[in-house]
Amino acid sequence: MSAHASMHAPRSHAAAAAAADPYNLKPGEHSTGTTIMAIPFDGGVVMGADSRTSTGTYIAVRVADKITQVHDRIWICRSGSAADTQALTDYIRHYLSQLAVETGRAPTVKTAAHLMRRMIYENKDNLMAGVIVGGWDVVDGGSVYNIPLGGTMMKMPFALGGSGSTYIWGLVDHKFKEGMTKDEAKALVEKAIAHAMARDGSSGGIIRTVVITEDGCDKEFIPGDKLPYGP
Amino acid sequence: MSAPISLAPGGSSSRISARAGLEAATERTRQPIVTGTSVLGIKYKDGVMLAADTLCSYGSMAKYKDARRLTKINDATLLGAGGEYSDFQAITDLLKRNALEDKCTADSLYEEDVNEECAREVWNYLRAVMYNRRNKMNPLWNDLVVAGFSQPAGVGDASADEDKPFLGLVDKIGTTYEDSVIATGFGSYLAIPILREKHREDLEEGEARALLEDCMRVLFYRDCRALNRIQIAKVTKADGVLISEPYEIETSWDSASFVEPKGQLEGDGGW
Repeated sequence: MSAHASMHAPRSHAAAAAAADPYNLKPGEHSTGTTIMAIPFDGGVVMGADSRTSTGTYIAVRVADKITQVHDRIWICRSGSAADTQALTDYIRHYLSQLAVETGRAPTVKTAAHLMRRMIYENKDNLMAGVIVGGWDVVDGGSVYNIPLGGTMMKMPFALGGSGSTYIWGLVDHKFKEGMTKDEAKALVEKAIAHAMARDGSSGGIIRTVVITEDGCDKEFIPGDKLPYGP
Repeated sequence: MSAPISLAPGGSSSRISARAGLEAATERTRQPIVTGTSVLGIKYKDGVMLAADTLCSYGSMAKYKDARRLTKINDATLLGAGGEYSDFQAITDLLKRNALEDKCTADSLYEEDVNEECAREVWNYLRAVMYNRRNKMNPLWNDLVVAGFSQPAGVGDASADEDKPFLGLVDKIGTTYEDSVIATGFGSYLAIPILREKHREDLEEGEARALLEDCMRVLFYRDCRALNRIQIAKVTKADGVLISEPYEIETSWDSASFVEPKGQLEGDGGW
């Protein structure tokens, strides 16, 4: 990275940090400046997130839960504005429960992801939401969809999101392989999020994970003094 | 018109005059790039104690995790800084340069005869430096905490030989004050209330250190730009200036309400 280029990076960092970090939130608005991650494995999905919700540089909630359930086997990792993503997941929950009644079976992850994408895309000027939709269904097994700020939807072999994700693309690219087991996927999620928390000022606290399989959803957490790396 | 690279502080003055008038005058000419967060200070039984973490952030990135933000100026004075790290390094260099010049131009080269600046003198000098830069619209972007021993104000009477502990703050625009508890940055919001409640002038060293550690722990919980690796430094009559090696402080994350997840269907949706 040339010296010239590096002079620009901190300018936008510091200026954004002054404004409200890094999402240009309105004054008082809370951001889940965040690290979120999901990796599917054969038979399910591992989803993970940090737990820091910040307003500017103040940590409003140090133990937030950013992985939200929208149906029995579908969960969403939230990043961006906390208010926007909470509102969106409330809508999705409502529509998915209606759909389950109408069709008589559990909605697929793909449906949930498409619905989320429609909402974010159609309201893109008024929303600041980057989400990862993950879960298990009978059609596709475990699957993961990444929906960043503008409303693009991409089905991915693994998904990263949030401000802290920039620090761990290299690590995850290096360590990820197709066909990982549940334990391997969970270990990678925990390790990567710990590394992101170590370097991103807007991520931190504890690591929450949810492992979703046909049989159920397993919620776990790693306290901030027992992280695999850092802080 | 491009000016040659200048070694003068603030660079070439043609940089400012080249810009549109009113905008240049009201616009800050610098923004901090690599920054340190809070510094805390308290007076206690044996002297003065400071605390700071060892993180310098690059915007929101925790880039330098072993930055030393507390430094010895002389045997009676400790300086801690938050804000732009390069400006802190420049200030440290300036004070070292001054000390060397004093030593070389003194009447005697013997150690015992050297009259080092006391903490209050350093504090007052820094006030002048910071205010001067502020008037040129080119501040040194730091909040400084000066700690040490001083002759009390009103030197000249017999009791003036007694060195008193000194703790004062100088901010980036040259505001100064002294107090028994001092904090910069986030510390002024989160730590000062705790310090005001728990501080006593006769705190033992262990108590003072525990109090500062408690405050640093709260800052790590609530400041995005804080780290749980800290340094404690003290100035005492007996031992002069001592700065500890960095060490990690313990944090607690296992409250029941923390562990309990909130994102599941029966929960409220996540917070």
